[in-house]
Amino acid sequence: MSDFVRGLRLWLAPERIREEGDTPDYRFSLANERTFLAWIRTALALIGGGFAVDQFLPGLAWGIRAGLALGLLAAGVLCALRAVNHWVRCERAMRRGEDLPVSRFPALLGLVVAVVAVVMVVVVLFGWEGR
Amino acid sequence: MTTAERDPGLQPERTRLAWRRTTLACTVVALLAVRQALHGGATAAGVLAVALSLLAWLGFLAVAHRRVTGMTTAKPAPLSSRLALAAAGCTVALAVFAVATLF
Repeated sequence: MSDFVRGLRLWLAPERIREEGDTPDYRFSLANERTFLAWIRTALALIGGGFAVDQFLPGLAWGIRAGLALGLLAAGVLCALRAVNHWVRCERAMRRGEDLPVSRFPALLGLVVAVVAVVMVVVVLFGWEGR
Repeated sequence: MTTAERDPGLQPERTRLAWRRTTLACTVVALLAVRQALHGGATAAGVLAVALSLLAWLGFLAVAHRRVTGMTTAKPAPLSSRLALAAAGCTVALAVFAVATLF
């Protein structure tokens, strides 16, 4: 948790990241930036999925539809916030010459997406569309 | 030094294209937001949500534009935290407005 707090402090005072260690090869920074952008795209895709569930599945009961949409939107928000956090941590690790941080987040996100998909399959198979 | 002029791995170009892809994804989400509001009828809250979504989209475009124009040098400076935070903030804003229009 203290890592998290330190990361949060870096968010609020972003110039401080420049004071630590040495500037890495610009190509590494750009690779880190592309990873960040890939996570942002993942977040945008989840948010778009939330919109799509709400708009393109009008036959679903309101509760299921809102629940799925909320789940996808919440995953999208988490993904975007975590993208910044991971980017800051990687940038700092590269400046300090440490190992890159490992994370449970991809596995967690995979599980959430799998759960949403399974719920969708069940809803469609059993025809719980509350028309 | 001739090697400093252009990276053979085309890293700046790839990063520029990654920004383009991300902007496209953001545009799709913004369009879905507009569609959502049009579908739900023009209530005051819906119009406000659409306006804020478009604002977030414009913010994202501005961030991407700033970064892409900064990518034209042979050795671009690393992404600033401010731009990273702004990009993530626009993404979160779109999700928040989506939740607001859900109810």
